[in-house]
Amino acid sequence: MFSKGTIKKVAGPLVIAEGMRDANMYDVVRVSKQRLIGEIIEIHGDQASIQVYEETSGLGPGEEVESTGAPLSVELGPGLIGSIFDGIQRPLEGIMKKAGSNLKRGVEVPALDRGKKWQFSATVKVGDKVSAGDELGKVEETSVVTQKIMVPNGVSGEIIEINSGEFSVEETVAVIKTAKGEEKITLMQKWPVRIGRPYKEKLSPDIPLVTGQRVIDTMFPIAKGGVAAVPGPFGSGKTVVQHQLAKWAAADIIVYIGCGERGNEMTDVLNEFPELKDPKTGSSLMERTVLIANTSDMPVAAREASIYTGITIAEYFRDMGYTVALMADSTSRWAEALREMSGRLEEMPGEEGYPAYLGSRLAQFYERAGRVIVNGSGKTEGALSVIGAVSPPGGDISEPVSQATLRIVKVFWGLDSSLAYKRHFPAINWLTSYSLYTDMLSGWFSKNAADDWMEYRQKLMNMLQEESELEEIVKLVGMDALSAPDRLKLETARSIREDFLHQNAFHEVDTYTSLNKQYLMMKLIMSYYDKASEGLEKGASVEKLVGLPVREQIGRFKYYTEDEVNAEAQRIDKQISAEVDEAVKTTED
Amino acid sequence: MPREYRTIQEVAGPLMLVKDVENVKYDELGEIELPNGEIRRCKVLEINGSNALVQLFENSAGINLAESKVRFIGRSMELAVSDDMLSRVFDGLGRPKDGGPEIIPEKRLDVNGTPMNPAARNYPSEFIQTGVSAIDGLNTLVRGQKLPIFSASGLPHANLAAQIARQATVLGKDEQFAVVFAAMGITFEESNYFIESFKETGAIDRTVMFVNLANDPAVERIATPKMALTAAEYLAFEKNMHVLVIMTDITNYADALREVSAARKEVPGRRGYPGYMYTDLATLYERAGRKKGSDGSITLIPILTMPEDDKTHPIPDLTGYITEGQVILSRELYRKGLMPPIDVLPSLSRLKDKGIGEGKTRADHANTMNQLFAAYARGKEAKELMVILGEAALTDIDKLYARFADEFENKYVSQGYETNRTIEETLEIGWELLRILPRSELKRISDEYLDKYYEK
Repeated sequence: MFSKGTIKKVAGPLVIAEGMRDANMYDVVRVSKQRLIGEIIEIHGDQASIQVYEETSGLGPGEEVESTGAPLSVELGPGLIGSIFDGIQRPLEGIMKKAGSNLKRGVEVPALDRGKKWQFSATVKVGDKVSAGDELGKVEETSVVTQKIMVPNGVSGEIIEINSGEFSVEETVAVIKTAKGEEKITLMQKWPVRIGRPYKEKLSPDIPLVTGQRVIDTMFPIAKGGVAAVPGPFGSGKTVVQHQLAKWAAADIIVYIGCGERGNEMTDVLNEFPELKDPKTGSSLMERTVLIANTSDMPVAAREASIYTGITIAEYFRDMGYTVALMADSTSRWAEALREMSGRLEEMPGEEGYPAYLGSRLAQFYERAGRVIVNGSGKTEGALSVIGAVSPPGGDISEPVSQATLRIVKVFWGLDSSLAYKRHFPAINWLTSYSLYTDMLSGWFSKNAADDWMEYRQKLMNMLQEESELEEIVKLVGMDALSAPDRLKLETARSIREDFLHQNAFHEVDTYTSLNKQYLMMKLIMSYYDKASEGLEKGASVEKLVGLPVREQIGRFKYYTEDEVNAEAQRIDKQISAEVDEAVKTTED
Repeated sequence: MPREYRTIQEVAGPLMLVKDVENVKYDELGEIELPNGEIRRCKVLEINGSNALVQLFENSAGINLAESKVRFIGRSMELAVSDDMLSRVFDGLGRPKDGGPEIIPEKRLDVNGTPMNPAARNYPSEFIQTGVSAIDGLNTLVRGQKLPIFSASGLPHANLAAQIARQATVLGKDEQFAVVFAAMGITFEESNYFIESFKETGAIDRTVMFVNLANDPAVERIATPKMALTAAEYLAFEKNMHVLVIMTDITNYADALREVSAARKEVPGRRGYPGYMYTDLATLYERAGRKKGSDGSITLIPILTMPEDDKTHPIPDLTGYITEGQVILSRELYRKGLMPPIDVLPSLSRLKDKGIGEGKTRADHANTMNQLFAAYARGKEAKELMVILGEAALTDIDKLYARFADEFENKYVSQGYETNRTIEETLEIGWELLRILPRSELKRISDEYLDKYYEK
């Protein structure tokens, strides 16, 4: 029997109910006749504090509260891909059909379409012994994503019935005889969002998640199964970075969580992704994407749940052996939701009013990422990378959310407003950002991209480092005081910044750069530097070398398509040699 | 007839505690009847058993614990709406202020609104020509966008906002438009400036005003923007009009919010503002937009004055995180005499990319925009260097950039409040300025456009 109580107090999204002695912590409850969804977050005696995921206006003492006896869970099965859900996995398209263009309260629509039939083809047969995580069959969900229907966790035994054919998510496709009796298996399973889905073993992250973004892949790469944070003030391009990763990262599945951000940004994704083609498969990007939206005007309590909903869905796909990338934009809004509930619960605040458990909650979330061997009898690998945007007030990352995040993540892409003002995008500051995966990934890059990939990367980094030192000097004594080799270094660094690191997300070709093209670009810039240095030694004037016409061609190299780059790189490289030689000659005369 | 309570237990600032109430709901609207018969409004902030904590919307002077009566009227705050609202002036709580009759309501709408389903939004992509080059050319406004003006005390934000309201058009279309103006805690002069400017152009007939002046009660300001946005939603989504909402000044609104929060003894966030200010501001700003199934739109221009000219102050900071860009006015440029003193580098329109280009403005727009930004940024750096080291320290190319920056400010940005430039004129001035630089420097513009426009 589930406990039933009555409302005693209503303060914003917090409701306190009496008579809830039998309820469990984190049970989902239904509040009032409108059956608003809430979750128990504290129990004192028979009083339960409930955070309500919908607007609470109009609630008053005496109304009923009923516990469902189950924690907040998501439905996992065919129908996830291409959908947009709210923070507690209600399908927004479905709600729109039922209730119109604004979100009203108490609308109930199941997460996965109950009517739709899916073609299930069994891959095991009657008599087979299976355990949790093993594949029972497949459902082709979109042209690129095939869902494995897996044995739910906690179930193992012998298959006594299994059928291929068309099923809806609630129909039984197989029956497993377990030690505890017969278990009916449907295409859909449920999982509580606050508990990570189990796996066998975590692996070390030594494969990069290639993103096609030059500053990321070359300078600060993220690993498959890695975690990264993107902090930056408003207007520095956090969302564009997240969108670019969602578009171009070499992942099989993308889970994108819009957490407390703009409604139009989600609409943008909904409009744009179906139009874009995945460079790997050629299919529409929407066919690998799941969206979770809790926009900033939607109820704040559901914001807290939204990132758990998202990561649970991501884990489900990881368990099928996919490479999953999850973007959370922005975790600061999630932390603020936590702060708001904490304040209403009258908890003792930590720094800046955030609850003292902020750090541990963030860590628990990010730690659900990783490259793992998934449950089941095989040795299937799956990976879940998490990229969280952070929105520090005033762009100052000394605040608690940024600091707690930086303690956990291995990659830090620090966005810089001064770069953004110059319209240098992505505005990732190359001096303050870091990636702790670089060393682990170096083996992969030398094997799969180019032998000397890491050397070139290091050369670029050194050049940028020297530039920042030289600029200090220029500011004090002017450009004339620099030696010719130093002038050349400054110019090369400028070329690295403008021709390599700067990448136009809205340019058809420039928006994605393969590793091969990135390598050629690095090589061209350094080839210019090496040859020009030689030219200097041979007596060419630095003005001439800096003003070579070929430099404009290096600058425009990024606009060549992937088919053209190899030939063009060779041609430009030859031209560099020719023009440097020419410069040496004319100076001699 | 709702029950009357004479059980007011305490009044402190904008808050009041009423005991022994029954059947009172969270967020319900209440009426307080003073001994002299005057009626004031309040709403329930918290209900705990039989105690209701209410927030007053008007000042508390004259409330008497023994004789004042409170009634709760079973609904949350509503606004009576109809077509007749156009050309009318209301106070911050939606009551007529111009001496005219009450509105005969077509319907009553809950002022809190409901969040728009992101799946039901239409992405804003229609270019609005404001006639201001720094906006049209570089920080393009589109229909359904929320683009605030970050100003500071003493800067001419009112002139700019009025200029936008006067000149804004969508190219090649003749549609119904309306202006909704919400004044929160501004002075009579400033409010009057807007009214006069609307009168001059005849826009007043298509304007709805909600005015809460500096001498009106501060807590009333909490309701004012909600009133204005409710009226805007009605005009946009039920009457299919294109509504431009101007709200000034958000800083006063946020201060009123802080006042209520402090009175409730809530744990404060930064600078004493409540931790939920982000959510609160978002529920205002996010009501802008376009939605499927309606031809109308709400374009929102909130104006806020940055305390101490500080962009990292919580009010501009949180606003910037919610709105789709910002137009920043700079005191330095104002002192130089630029009109309008828009600082284009930190200004931004996030939706510009979908609103510009072939078929909307002109194909070369995006390229030239990026180039102008980059060149102006470099020119400013060169000028800074010049200040420290003198002109001789600059390379020849940097001298050109410095000249570019000066010309850019004087010709492109500073156009006066009366000039209305078409987008072609704006783009042409851009090219004229870019010709100061050699072609090889214009790396962000494709050859096609350089051939077509640079060589002209």
